[in-house]
Amino acid sequence: MISAGKLEKSRSSAAARLGRHQARMGYLFVLPTMLLFLIFMVIPVGMALYLSFTNYDVLSKNDWIGLSNYGRLLQDSLYWQTFVNVGFYAIVFVPLNLLISLLLAVLLNRAARGVKVLRTFYYLPTLTSAVAAATVWLWLLHPEYGMVNGILSAFGIVGPAWTSQTETAMIAIIMMTLWQSVGSNMIIYLAGLQGIPDYLYESARLDGASRFDCLRYITWPQLRPTTFLVSTMAIIGALQLFDQAFVLTQGGPANATKTPVYLIYQQGFNQLQMGYASAQAFVLAMAILVFSLISMRLNKSEEPIL
Amino acid sequence: MGTAIGQGSGSSKHKSDRISPRARRAWNGAAFYVVGILIAVVMFLPFYWSVMTSFKPDEDMFSMPIQWIPTSFTLDHYRKAFTTVPFGLYFWNSFFLATTGVALNLFFGSLSGYAFAKLKFKGNSGMFRLLLAAMMVPGIVTMIPSVYVLRHFPLTGGNDLFGDGGMGLMNSFWGIILPGASGTFAVFFMRQFFLALPSDMMEMARIEGCGEFRIFWRIYLPLTKPALATLGIFTFQAGWNSFLWPMIVLNDPDKATIQMGLQAFSFNFQTDYGPMMAGALIAILPILVLFLALQRYFIQGIAFSGIKG
Repeated sequence: MISAGKLEKSRSSAAARLGRHQARMGYLFVLPTMLLFLIFMVIPVGMALYLSFTNYDVLSKNDWIGLSNYGRLLQDSLYWQTFVNVGFYAIVFVPLNLLISLLLAVLLNRAARGVKVLRTFYYLPTLTSAVAAATVWLWLLHPEYGMVNGILSAFGIVGPAWTSQTETAMIAIIMMTLWQSVGSNMIIYLAGLQGIPDYLYESARLDGASRFDCLRYITWPQLRPTTFLVSTMAIIGALQLFDQAFVLTQGGPANATKTPVYLIYQQGFNQLQMGYASAQAFVLAMAILVFSLISMRLNKSEEPIL
Repeated sequence: MGTAIGQGSGSSKHKSDRISPRARRAWNGAAFYVVGILIAVVMFLPFYWSVMTSFKPDEDMFSMPIQWIPTSFTLDHYRKAFTTVPFGLYFWNSFFLATTGVALNLFFGSLSGYAFAKLKFKGNSGMFRLLLAAMMVPGIVTMIPSVYVLRHFPLTGGNDLFGDGGMGLMNSFWGIILPGASGTFAVFFMRQFFLALPSDMMEMARIEGCGEFRIFWRIYLPLTKPALATLGIFTFQAGWNSFLWPMIVLNDPDKATIQMGLQAFSFNFQTDYGPMMAGALIAILPILVLFLALQRYFIQGIAFSGIKG
């Protein structure tokens, strides 16, 4: 007969063995992910910082040049112009994006016949790749034979040469990205709307609140976390705009639609000034990081975005 | 649901109280459909316009006013798109890259997600937090050094053990597949689903002597099929639509993806709008088909990313 104490002891050692085995398997299961993370995230981030202090150009040079990349960057008016460009883009695009997708969600948040079909139609543009969408919009915005100017001319308006005028090129990109992105934000807002309890509306109605009052004082405040998420993501996305500008306008005319990522791409991969491009990328990353931290702080009561 | 706002009896102080509630409800309903359908038309017009263009002969394309309904029909633009550039090959390349990405992400994402959610080991939450924090690093920062890493990958593409001498994984499909083979989003997404599953099945299986991998593979993984479908679709869409990274890694024209091919086409044949539209539609088609077949998984994926905020 085994004594109770002995049984207890062997049981706990079995548990420890099981725990060790479990831990080993745990490490094994996360190994591929962590290995790829190390190779393609940790090492590159470290290297990006290092490269930004060198004149690395793939072919021959790889010397430490201290802060001169950053010094050059401060003088680089084109670099700062790209920030102004995406800043303009963000200031116009983000509020419109929020407003339109919220209105679409409020419109479609009802149990009426055909609502699902309408949702599908609003969502369709988000399925297109930026390249395909820009290709289609190149033709839509054709100054003479494009659909947009065709419709405008039906109202007696002479449309501009959208993508080849400095004043309208960024507007063209904004219109296209709005078309492409309001559908998915609408879905996020719909999910948010469904989380607002009904009794809030019911009691407001009893107190005589109008429909607009409900929207202003119930829906909008209740959706604050959703709005925060959508706008943060939209601004971070705006700072990294590339595909649309690359295909629709090639950064032009006169660099009016050149974005930081576009410039970094050209500097690094066309002109092979990878050291300098790394410095540019690092400053952009800092801008994005600072922005994310500020918006997280502003929204401290909520959970972090991810 | 918050759907009944202002549709019914509510307040009576408005001037509209002369109209009966029933008439007002009917008017509201009609207004909803008019507005809703109008917006749907606006959203759909670019698709309609590009489909029409892709089937119109050139002389009809360049005519004013716009011909909304084509008078003649031609497949020439599709023929031209496929013969001037190897769109078929690009299509296949993109398909291969996207499906490989899906398979690897589903496997590694759920394997790691399961471990982070269900297995106890030191550093579990620390590693997971590190992954999440790295999601804030914008892609452009790692892009240049990642090229360096790929180029100097040991024992690949003519490289020696120290990663010198050849091109490494540059200009190869692995250069696109490997960096994204176990995306943080996949790990995070799957972890959330495994967290929601009870742990007692695991305990039971262990007592029965079932190995850890079999517990994951045979018991838990099959329970996450809807999540896998959502993640799979998301990953496919991202892979199919990705542009900048493949453009950097792949130089060989025979390895180009459909997005690269389309961009090059619209850059080189700037006035050939017919074939351009045909190409764009071909590039959109697979995602569209996937969406129409599996709509609810798309919506769930988006809603998930929203609710997590």
